[in-house]
Amino acid sequence: MTGENLIIFGIVVLLLPLLSFVINIFFGKKIGNKSGIVATSILGLVLILSSIVFYFKVFTSFGSKIVHKNNILWEFSDKILQLKFTWIDQQSIQLKVGIGIDNLAAIMLVVVALISFLVHLFSIEYMAGDPRYSRYFAYLGLFTFSMNGIVLANNFLFMYVFWELVGISSYLLIGFWYEKKSASDAGKKAFLVNRVGDLGFFIGIMILYFSYGTLLFDDIFSAIAQGKLPFDSETVLTLAGIFVFCGAIGKSAQFPLHVWLPDAMEGPTPVSALIHAATMVAAGVYLTARVYAMFTASALSFIASIGAITAFLAATIALTQVDFKRVLAYSTVSQLGYMIMSLGVGAYTMGFFHLVTHAWFKAALFLGSGSVIHAMHHAAHHLGDHHTDPQDIRNMGGLRRTMPWTYRTFLFVTLAICGVPLTSGFLSKDGILAGTLAYAQLTGGWHWLIPIAGFASAGLTAFYMFRLLIISFHGEPKTDVAKHTKENNWIILLPLFVLSILSFWFFYSPNPLDAHQGWFPKAIVQPKSVVPDEHQWEFLLINGYQKSEVAPHSSQISHHYLNEFEEAMHHSHYPAMFLSLLIAGTGILFAFLFYQFKIFNPDTLANQFSFLYKLSFRKWYFDEIYNATVVAFTVGFSKVSALFDLKVIDGIVNGSAWITRHFGYFIGHFDNIVIDGLVNLIANATGFFGSIVRYLQTGRVQTYVAFAVTGLVLLIYFLL
Amino acid sequence: MGIGLTHYIVLSAILFGLGIFAIITRKNAVLVLMGVELVLNSANINFIAFAKFNKMNIDGHIAAIFVIMLAAIEVAVALAIVLNIYQNYKHINVDEIDSLKD
Repeated sequence: MTGENLIIFGIVVLLLPLLSFVINIFFGKKIGNKSGIVATSILGLVLILSSIVFYFKVFTSFGSKIVHKNNILWEFSDKILQLKFTWIDQQSIQLKVGIGIDNLAAIMLVVVALISFLVHLFSIEYMAGDPRYSRYFAYLGLFTFSMNGIVLANNFLFMYVFWELVGISSYLLIGFWYEKKSASDAGKKAFLVNRVGDLGFFIGIMILYFSYGTLLFDDIFSAIAQGKLPFDSETVLTLAGIFVFCGAIGKSAQFPLHVWLPDAMEGPTPVSALIHAATMVAAGVYLTARVYAMFTASALSFIASIGAITAFLAATIALTQVDFKRVLAYSTVSQLGYMIMSLGVGAYTMGFFHLVTHAWFKAALFLGSGSVIHAMHHAAHHLGDHHTDPQDIRNMGGLRRTMPWTYRTFLFVTLAICGVPLTSGFLSKDGILAGTLAYAQLTGGWHWLIPIAGFASAGLTAFYMFRLLIISFHGEPKTDVAKHTKENNWIILLPLFVLSILSFWFFYSPNPLDAHQGWFPKAIVQPKSVVPDEHQWEFLLINGYQKSEVAPHSSQISHHYLNEFEEAMHHSHYPAMFLSLLIAGTGILFAFLFYQFKIFNPDTLANQFSFLYKLSFRKWYFDEIYNATVVAFTVGFSKVSALFDLKVIDGIVNGSAWITRHFGYFIGHFDNIVIDGLVNLIANATGFFGSIVRYLQTGRVQTYVAFAVTGLVLLIYFLL
Repeated sequence: MGIGLTHYIVLSAILFGLGIFAIITRKNAVLVLMGVELVLNSANINFIAFAKFNKMNIDGHIAAIFVIMLAAIEVAVALAIVLNIYQNYKHINVDEIDSLKD
């Protein structure tokens, strides 16, 4: 497998979902019920191709080579295979674009392809009978295409274009059932909130383009590495980093733009799985990882703080939600906060690792919830019950017996998200928490709040996930609908099995307690920071740092650390592990005490701390605050604008219309009197002369002869 | 003083003038036609005179014969028209036939 072939495979992987989109959008009506199968088979092909790309990129080496032919520059190195070409070549503007596949992209491609494939498969059954069945698969294809574009982009231009494509396809899918007002509102909300983040992203791109005249990641990074800073100021570099990160805040639903994600639950459940696990929210984390090298220490602190705040905030909100999917939505926000926090503190590998492991178990959780909702929906339909909300966990209970396989997979992936050993979630979460501990140790001060938020969220996560599990699956059925649920067929269950199996530890590391022994940390190595050394954390600089003294209990130097941070992280590994196990265990224990054994009554607790309960239940009043400030301001401003429009602009328009009309009258009169008068005058004069001349025409032949002879005589007289 | 070209031409001019006079003043269509014959014959006299005095040789004679022939044809057609006029108007007074003006 040569590098060229691999890149071509990447392009095929990018374009195949677009093909699925085109087929389903143009011929969907003709294909009808088959469109699901068509789209799923295309995605199956995508999955195979991206697995090939993944295998060859991560596990084989390509050596370094630069080929230049047909104006396309193929660059191969051990790190990245990429092609670049000049897209726009004008005097004033020159844009180079291209695509690149490094390990980050290769792993991400497989994540996107597998989840998208499973979601397609799941949707065949879940969406059966929907009037816009083929349209749905078309949108899924577009979504996958856009996400693959983000993954393969090696420049900000492609990144931004596909970024916006992800935005529009999420809008289409969240508002898929647009007859429902809440769904179309949620679509609009997601789109608009994302615009806010994208504006920041765009400003960041513009700062970089203005400073460096190129949008290729390589060129920008090498320019920064040479000490060329935007506006010769490291503050602007920090700002550019933060602005670019704003895009991630919007897409990855970070505080304070997290409000769209829970509302996005209005879309079909498989779409939620796709958005939450692979395509949309992962894009922000992926972007942050992609441009990681250009973040300064201050930007990284900002990122870490945002991540920590998000992780904690979302976890507290998830505690009290009663909608099955909303709990999962807030848990996604919280886990995304983890990833961002991890990238911010410098645990790059672990942050991306968590993205991958989270993708599997969060997709499984959502597809599990889809399975439950599908069953509830069918049971309600069967009973003719249209009042019971099939998504409200208070209407469930006892599903363990009616839906055993859904329950088992759901239980396993819940353990994974809680970070219980032997799961992939444990490996990544433990790594992140160790990273935050190391970060706090090395920086000190208020940075200790970050690991505290991390550990607290871990405990809260364990608590609310088991609360969800116990209320909906354990105990006695709370409604007739729950009693009559039935297990779904294999099309729905197969994705659950696949994703659950992928949440076992052995895919990533032979040691269930330590991710560092697996292939992942070797494949994903923290990129060397290009920021000038004095603006980067000293402990993050990659200088082949080696532990100077040998630990007393080991006889040899066992590790070559990349930098001081890695060493500190390694030391924090066991404390973090014990602490997180303890906290997660406590969370699970409390969940059982509250909801399974009912030793404590959650209602009395809620009454006692009614302020805190309401704060959580009302989602920290974010929607209300935004409604009162941003939305109210916007609405007020638009009212003022409308008034201005009505009075001033309309006045000007009406005034000019009045002037035009009266001028028109004037012109009309001028036309009637002067122009028409002239025309009539000429006509009348002609008639008058004609009436005189007609007397000559007597009609008598003799007169004419007399005239002719007279004329002849006159001619002869004058000419001769 | 013998008879020269001038005499012929003067005769022809007088004949032409009489012809035109007849055409313009006569009321009767047949008399107008006779005026036309006079004009034609004045032309004939010119042809013959120029043939005799100006070395036109036989050409003038031939032209004169053609004119005579055409005059005969013309009279035939014209008399047919006059007959038609008479059938329509019950008279052949040229000065009362002015429907050409309409």
